[in-house]
Amino acid sequence: MDLVLLSRIQFAVTIGFHYLYPPLSIGLGVALVVMEGLYLRTGNPLYHQLTRFWVRIFGLIFAFGVGTGIVMEFEFGTNWARYSRFVGDVFGGPLAAEGIFAFFLESGFLAILLFGWDKVSRGMHFFATVMVCLGAHFSAVWIVVANSWMQTPTAYHIVDTPVGPRAEITSFWGMVLNPSSLDRLGHTLMGCWQAGALFVVSAGAWYLLKRQHEDFAKTSIRIGLVIAMVASVAQLVSGHGSAVTVAEYQPAKLAAFEGIYESGANAELTVLGWVDEENRTVHGIRIPGLLSTLIGGDPSTVVTGLDDIPVDERPPVQTVFQLYHLMVAIGMALIALAWGGGLLAWRGTLFRSRKLLWVYVLAVLLPQLANQLGWAAAEIGRQPWIVQGLMRTSDAVSDTLTPGQVLFSLILFTIIYLALFVVFLVLLDQKVRKGPLEEDLSHLRREA
Amino acid sequence: MDGSWLNVVWYLIVGVLLTGYAILDGFDLGVGALHLLAPGDHNRRVFFNAIGPFWDGNQVWLVTGGGALFAAFPHVYATAFSGFYLAFILLLFMLIFRGVSIHVRSLRAAARWRTFWDGAFCVSSVLASFLIGVAMGNVAWGVPIGPDFRYRGDLLAQLHPYAVLTGITVVAMFMMHGAIYLVMKTDGELNARVRGWVRPCIVFFVVMYGITTFATLLYVPRLAEPFRAAPWLFAVPVASMLAIANIPREMHRGREMAAFLSSSASIFLLLLLLGIGMFPELMHGNGPSGTSLTAYNAASSQLTLRTMLILAGIGMPLVLGYTFHIYRVFRGKVELDSMSY
Repeated sequence: MDLVLLSRIQFAVTIGFHYLYPPLSIGLGVALVVMEGLYLRTGNPLYHQLTRFWVRIFGLIFAFGVGTGIVMEFEFGTNWARYSRFVGDVFGGPLAAEGIFAFFLESGFLAILLFGWDKVSRGMHFFATVMVCLGAHFSAVWIVVANSWMQTPTAYHIVDTPVGPRAEITSFWGMVLNPSSLDRLGHTLMGCWQAGALFVVSAGAWYLLKRQHEDFAKTSIRIGLVIAMVASVAQLVSGHGSAVTVAEYQPAKLAAFEGIYESGANAELTVLGWVDEENRTVHGIRIPGLLSTLIGGDPSTVVTGLDDIPVDERPPVQTVFQLYHLMVAIGMALIALAWGGGLLAWRGTLFRSRKLLWVYVLAVLLPQLANQLGWAAAEIGRQPWIVQGLMRTSDAVSDTLTPGQVLFSLILFTIIYLALFVVFLVLLDQKVRKGPLEEDLSHLRREA
Repeated sequence: MDGSWLNVVWYLIVGVLLTGYAILDGFDLGVGALHLLAPGDHNRRVFFNAIGPFWDGNQVWLVTGGGALFAAFPHVYATAFSGFYLAFILLLFMLIFRGVSIHVRSLRAAARWRTFWDGAFCVSSVLASFLIGVAMGNVAWGVPIGPDFRYRGDLLAQLHPYAVLTGITVVAMFMMHGAIYLVMKTDGELNARVRGWVRPCIVFFVVMYGITTFATLLYVPRLAEPFRAAPWLFAVPVASMLAIANIPREMHRGREMAAFLSSSASIFLLLLLLGIGMFPELMHGNGPSGTSLTAYNAASSQLTLRTMLILAGIGMPLVLGYTFHIYRVFRGKVELDSMSY
């Protein structure tokens, strides 16, 4: 098999598996801040129990996130050495900054969050919770900045060196605040918040179905739904912002998202469809002019079609189109689930309907799926480039490796990750089944 | 790519991060290597919880060291990791297994489950330490690097005798370091037992250190040249010897903390010896082109080095602040409670 393809598959497998965990720790981090904040404010032991229960789950998720995350820090060097040489001057900075500003903060205060209950004051413990949550967010900031630079590279120049040309930075803040950074950061974080929020809701709904821990379950659901209500709408806003930036800086990607072949005004937005690549059209439910309107404010806005993109600079249209549309559909469903659920929970009917509760038990999968699909659409939509317009993916791999070596590591990663995933699910299931502990309803020892 | 003082500073920063990693993760890797010697389930839990609040933060030193290498010396990052591909992939697997085993081992009561993860923790700790030592040995010994900075060697050639020697030396060093740490963290019968491990660990380390030193002087004399050129540098190997000799002295007097600091100092001085011997090289090249990767030819632009120095200057005091704070909060002997591993 081909070295480039194998390296891409390995990166996709390792990042895809890793990315099951960070969204949960980021979203759950926010939920923990809310829960422990409420405990501090009200002194209600139920919030103490909630916090302790979710902290245990947080610890489990964090361990898997850290383990699989180390791979990512080094995989640019192992498998994408030519990329690392070419962009290290620009791209290495955010990765180092993530270590200094995010990981140390997160791992340090995680120790207090997990083990410090009886060692520090209540206020200090809450501070640690906030810092862990903040650390997780900082991590997202630097990673999204680094990736956004690959989508919309700015603030660099190409310099000839004795071992070939490379990109060098001209302004650090110009690189950090590249055109797509902020929208994509918002979009990523809101995806994470929803993953965490619906995770909390899902466990709560499960307990109600089992008629266990009812107060605990209802409070979990309420907190989760409030976060999901905010995040799902913010997700729509940041998604819109991202799409406008994509239209401006990555027209090939936008054209693939919506299957637009002919450039022009009145571009159609497809709700559900199938790209007919041979006849260069899309079959499905299409709304004329809506894409143009969303991008530029009115239907006369010209949207670039794939016909105006050189054939060797187009992403795989059908794949990107379907990934993107499935993500959007799930995003819409999540808005309905959050707001519908919020309304029904407020009326009290949500907690009585077994069918609805089942929907919310399963809804935990939706944000995870949308997060994976969205990243896949963003990354495959950038192809054939690894850095938009600057470096091709095929020029970026470590060419000192043989396909056999990468195949070998890919097989090992796949086997080990599958096994780890089973371990994770078994332990998660066990923790959720065990439920909140009675003893956690009492206050901290130090306070009593 | 002509250099400046910034290149030297970044050589030092990368060195500080990797030394911090060796001192801090060194003791928890050492605890892992000794893990299976702990008798019974309760004592093994004590071992896990002795490193419980710290191991993850300790590992961040490696991750940040990798990030700093990427930002400051991208050619070293690219050449080393792609060149030592299989070794690094194996190291990554070991680090994943370690982290997971620490966290999940005590979550289920079944004896088979716990035995499996106990084994995984021990094996992954030993292998990770060994591979780190092998990488160090290769960097010191030299690897074939082409004029285009690409690694030109064979992927399995990295297991030559000198690298195996440095690999075992690092395992021995971490075992000694971890054993002393465990003396500080345990009490009662377990403490007496752990105390008995310190002496053989010191002997193991001193023997390996001696052999490695002879091998280095005989076969890698290049590393001794800076010391011949500037004889005052001989103070460093002397300090290194004194630090090591001080470990059994402090243990004998019952001052474990001082022994641990001495052990930390001996790790620092060993890496300082390597750093002085290597400077300004980061990866010695022994290929036909004679190309080595240095703090100058492998570096990022001056602007990046300067910007990153500012970021490090803001970030590192914070890092040291909360590292110190965490160690203070969790000082003293291990006590197990309902949130423990």
